[in-house]
Amino acid sequence: MGPDTTVSVRGLTRDFGSFRAVDDVWFEVHTGEVFGFLGANGAGKTTLIRMLCGLLEPTAGTATVCGLDIRTRTRDVRRIIGYMSQKFSLYEDLPVRANIEFFGGVYGLPRSALKRSIARLTAELQLEEYASAQTRSLPLGIKQRLALGIALLHNPSVLFLDEPTAGVDPIIRRNFWRIIYDIAGRGSTVFVTTHYMEEAEYCNRLLIMHQGKIIETGSPSELKTRHDRPTIRDVFIRLISERMQEENAV
Amino acid sequence: MKRRVFAVIRKEFIHIARDFRSLIIILVMPVLMIALYGYGITLDMRCIRFAVVDLSRTPQSRALIASFTGNGFFREVAGDYTPDDAPSLFRQRRIQMMLVIPRDFAASLATQAETTVQVLVDATDANVGTYIHTYTEQVLQGYASSLSGAVQPILRLEPRLLYNPDRKSTHFFVPGLIAVLLMLVSALLTSITITRERESGTMEQILVSPIRPVEIVIGKVIPYITIGFADGALILASARILFGTPVHGSLLLLALLGTVYVFVALSFGLLVSTVARTQVIAMFMTVMLTILPTFLLSGFLFPVASMPTVLQYLSRIIPATYFLVIIRGVMLKGVGIAELWLPIVSLCAIGTFILSVAVMRFRISLE
Repeated sequence: MGPDTTVSVRGLTRDFGSFRAVDDVWFEVHTGEVFGFLGANGAGKTTLIRMLCGLLEPTAGTATVCGLDIRTRTRDVRRIIGYMSQKFSLYEDLPVRANIEFFGGVYGLPRSALKRSIARLTAELQLEEYASAQTRSLPLGIKQRLALGIALLHNPSVLFLDEPTAGVDPIIRRNFWRIIYDIAGRGSTVFVTTHYMEEAEYCNRLLIMHQGKIIETGSPSELKTRHDRPTIRDVFIRLISERMQEENAV
Repeated sequence: MKRRVFAVIRKEFIHIARDFRSLIIILVMPVLMIALYGYGITLDMRCIRFAVVDLSRTPQSRALIASFTGNGFFREVAGDYTPDDAPSLFRQRRIQMMLVIPRDFAASLATQAETTVQVLVDATDANVGTYIHTYTEQVLQGYASSLSGAVQPILRLEPRLLYNPDRKSTHFFVPGLIAVLLMLVSALLTSITITRERESGTMEQILVSPIRPVEIVIGKVIPYITIGFADGALILASARILFGTPVHGSLLLLALLGTVYVFVALSFGLLVSTVARTQVIAMFMTVMLTILPTFLLSGFLFPVASMPTVLQYLSRIIPATYFLVIIRGVMLKGVGIAELWLPIVSLCAIGTFILSVAVMRFRISLE
């Protein structure tokens, strides 16, 4: 484990009944990296992220976040991570401001710190005009920016984004990625799962999953050279079809 | 710790305030129920419809009829009937009682030691039948003792009714309603608010934060205790204003024990939320598991002592059974802790049990 390692995953495994969703996964993530999980639906991306956030107990193996074991120091881990789930999960019936204040309170932020955070984030994420709007009435793109803002309220060292851009149009998606780069630029580590292949190109490093296992890791350019394909989409298709052929052969 | 709990409390109050319609239902429903029970549903019998077959047609028989019609409990269905009319009158539900005065009524009164009149009672509803029977007997006795020269019995009952001398069933219902409504409102609101968070995914968003499960529980319970408390106070006040229902004992004691009871109900709601996955199931389960037992088995309507033995055992695990003894005692008899320690201890024991199981399960269900 190097000095700039933020997340170290050692043999994480998770079963749901007889189904193994994540199968003996090992990898390390460095500080300030934008680290992408790529995989088809059901490949185990979300299960992996949920274990790292302490929402799911691993069946076997463990991981450390900033040196803290996720199994024994769960609460300390939660203080330093931010999480944005696949499904929009803020209170639709509350105004934007009440949502922000609630989550600030849940992280135990003192009023003054919370105020500073709100001021900084609403400016960065261009949310000022929505502060007193009803959360329910916001367009999807704004909702996702709000969810990101709330995940960032307590200045997390590691940010987990589970399909943060699902369902929004390309321009908003590009905007969103600009923000992700800013966050990483300030020294936070960002985990992203996605199944938009063009988004995968924006990541510093990628991890491709298939049926709970890691089948490939590396930076986008490394992967493209190694597999002699022009885009990550082609690399991904090649890897998955190879796997499927192997499975059919067996 | 305080900051996090406070954030949950505050958010919960905003939810309540924004869901204005539910709030109105929560606050208006109890008052409506009180009015309904107080004015509409009553165990007292008034205006029992009866027909007379007067074969005697004498001043004595007319005096007997007058003693029925004159007291407000009976109302005569006028007509010239014979005993043969009885079946059809009862079947058409035009009368509930028929009084047949025999031809020799006056003569018998004058000469015999004992005179008989026939009374037919509709006992379809056994309870009502008993009431009519009792009332009729009282009227006949009154008539008998009003006759000059009638022999006074050697022993006479002189009952004095304590604690509810007017036998107003409202006074009996109000404490029961408080028990039912507090249980329903507290358990329902708690189970729904938690399952809603799980359904919408917000629970997960809270759980990735450093908040502890117990902090979530405390933050959620405090707002709903407040509402339960407000509901209880509202019921008491409206019963006082509308029907003059008294509180003979200490209001403070009542408030204190009411809070214990609400706490038990909230724990139950919490327990339901650890089992139910959706709001609809939570609602259904809470209603089934609180309303029915509280209505039927706690002694709210039917005395526990007159239930089959199995149900009597069952009634002992229902919190409302104990709370009813407590609240009726405090309100109607004015008793205190000295007399009520046993139900109080039992209530606390049940509450502690439900709460510990609920918190244990809540932790597990968050994993």
